[in-house]
Amino acid sequence: MDRQVILEELKKVLAPYTVNKEALNSINEETSLTQDLKINSANLVDIIIDAENKYDIEIDMDAAEKINNVGSCIDVILEKMKEKN
Amino acid sequence: MNKILDHLPYKSSFRFVDNILAIDENGVTGEYTLRPDAFFYEDHFPGNPVTPGVIVTEIMAQIGVVVLGIYFLLQSQQEGEKVDQVYPLLTSSEVSFFKMVLPGQKVTVISKKEYFRFSKLKCYIEMYDEQQELVARGMFAGMIRKLG
Repeated sequence: MDRQVILEELKKVLAPYTVNKEALNSINEETSLTQDLKINSANLVDIIIDAENKYDIEIDMDAAEKINNVGSCIDVILEKMKEKN
Repeated sequence: MNKILDHLPYKSSFRFVDNILAIDENGVTGEYTLRPDAFFYEDHFPGNPVTPGVIVTEIMAQIGVVVLGIYFLLQSQQEGEKVDQVYPLLTSSEVSFFKMVLPGQKVTVISKKEYFRFSKLKCYIEMYDEQQELVARGMFAGMIRKLG
């Protein structure tokens, strides 16, 4: 799956946890979830669970710890999808 | 069951759990009786003591999230490891209130686990009064960690 496609899909996953819709619409792979989108660390857990359900994958503690910006989020999703196949 | 209460990090005036009635991996039920001499009644409101919404919220969080979180920590405890003190952080709560709670009333809190992952415990919590009427309900989440 294409990184750009996942990035667009992530906007929908992140939407319920972000107040700043402008920042959300202009995210790129460098966008930090906590700094730029002001998502608190507890909501990162919700985002991980939403992503697991959306892509039918399981994200473990090691993978979850790698997530800080949009790019690393896409990395983890692609990695786990590959592991599944 | 009430042994869990020994691990609660609060001191007297801010400890809002008397009894655990039931607890398992799916949730917890506990109760608390509001002390008529509690510090907040004198000023909230003068001559008309009513339990503040933040205190109702705190009672729900202590029984529904912190007690259940400690239960999970104790369960996952390795042999020889000690869980003395825990460090709970409330990360979000969205509460709707239905009835007032007055000094001396006993309330029962019922918490149902939504999930516990990556140290985050999310629960749907309801509070009932002695007439079995709904006082408040809402979704709570917190992070529970061991201290030190």
